[in-house]
Amino acid sequence: MLSVLRTARVRFAPAARRMAFRSFVTKYTESHEWVRIDGDTATIGVTDYAQNALGDVVYVEVPEANTEVEAEDVVGIVESVKSTSDIYSPLSGTIIEGNANVVANTKLVNKSPEADGWLFKIKFSDKEQLDALLDATKYKQLIEDGH
Amino acid sequence: HLVVADLKELPVGGSTLSLFTNDKGGIEDDTIITQQQDSLYVVSNAGCADKDFAHLNKHAKIFQDQGADVEVRKIEDHSLIALQGPSAQKALEQLAGIDLAQMAFMTGQTVDIAGVPCHVARSGYTGEDGFELSIPTGEVVGITARLLENPEVKLAGLGARDSLRLEAGLCLYGSDIDATTTPMEANLVWTIGKRRRAEGGFIGADVILPQLAAKGGERRRIGLIVEGAPARAHAKVLSADGEEIGEITSGVPSPSLGKNVAMAYVRKGFNKRGTPLKVQVRNRIQEATVVKMPFVAANYHKI
Repeated sequence: MLSVLRTARVRFAPAARRMAFRSFVTKYTESHEWVRIDGDTATIGVTDYAQNALGDVVYVEVPEANTEVEAEDVVGIVESVKSTSDIYSPLSGTIIEGNANVVANTKLVNKSPEADGWLFKIKFSDKEQLDALLDATKYKQLIEDGH
Repeated sequence: HLVVADLKELPVGGSTLSLFTNDKGGIEDDTIITQQQDSLYVVSNAGCADKDFAHLNKHAKIFQDQGADVEVRKIEDHSLIALQGPSAQKALEQLAGIDLAQMAFMTGQTVDIAGVPCHVARSGYTGEDGFELSIPTGEVVGITARLLENPEVKLAGLGARDSLRLEAGLCLYGSDIDATTTPMEANLVWTIGKRRRAEGGFIGADVILPQLAAKGGERRRIGLIVEGAPARAHAKVLSADGEEIGEITSGVPSPSLGKNVAMAYVRKGFNKRGTPLKVQVRNRIQEATVVKMPFVAANYHKI
């Protein structure tokens, strides 16, 4: 009886959870960057709203791997025909990678700002900094208010 | 007396680019002058309107006091729009009802547009065919709307205008030429009529003509292609050895070329086509090369 019960015990959730999608959380900054958080790393780029306001992007600078940065440090540049925008790191931590593709093919920022046009990945050191970022609703509010 | 053009040579209906000069040999404004039946039609920069009008009036009075019959009249009741591009003629013909193929570039005449008599100049600031339309102010919005009904006609802003004119190698007064730049330095000697070079008789001739003869002036306006990030006005220009020799006056990423183009003044001697130079953009030193302008060949209407 005991052995039957043992074999009849249902194995739970852990297996099911392993098959589920990894969930990313995307947050935003007031300077029109998106921040896609995955565990203790984040991928950062400029939003569709930003690329539309900038116009055709002609020049991009991204940070180098292993650079230590503080939140609000300028880590890159996105320049369009009409203006130059500094890119700020919203988080403190260590740069994992700058997107070399976007430096070589600047139009990716316009064509795919929130996917292939990502600018850099960072391993962030202070989770509490995430709380200061805007959620999707607040960001939507920001751009509707015309900032 | 006020401009360097040979206006005696200008036929009725003909237009020419010219320069208002000052007594130091510098340039006060650039202008397009059209010879009309009994008058000269003068279009200059809106930013210099007060200065130019005061200048014209001051000198008109001097001439009047000497017995000359001359009057300066500011046109206050017309507004200017520019229709530019390879399809400009076709678009304008639809509203003008006349064939414009025989209207030569750099000429001006009265044309009825949608029934409204307008001063139409076949000229522009883009390096392409086009027309500058002076329209009674009450009609300008209506005529613009009619032009825009044509799907080939679109509104364009100053960013587009700036990239077009810079690709065409055309100067912007206040940036590429100003009261301190002489025609020799600015590479605009061609605007001085042949007769005027011989006879003088314009303000600043006593500085400009000797400078021409001696190939003088400390600096030269050049065109540059710049690697890396776009160079903008006020960026420093350095020699290949890193010595500061000049400054960018205008710069833009050229949509037509996919390269950064710029105008700059550099010390005489560094201005030859092909000279390798450097430009400082933010904290980077970038390679640049002197090139002849226009960066993009002009496409003016030929009859």
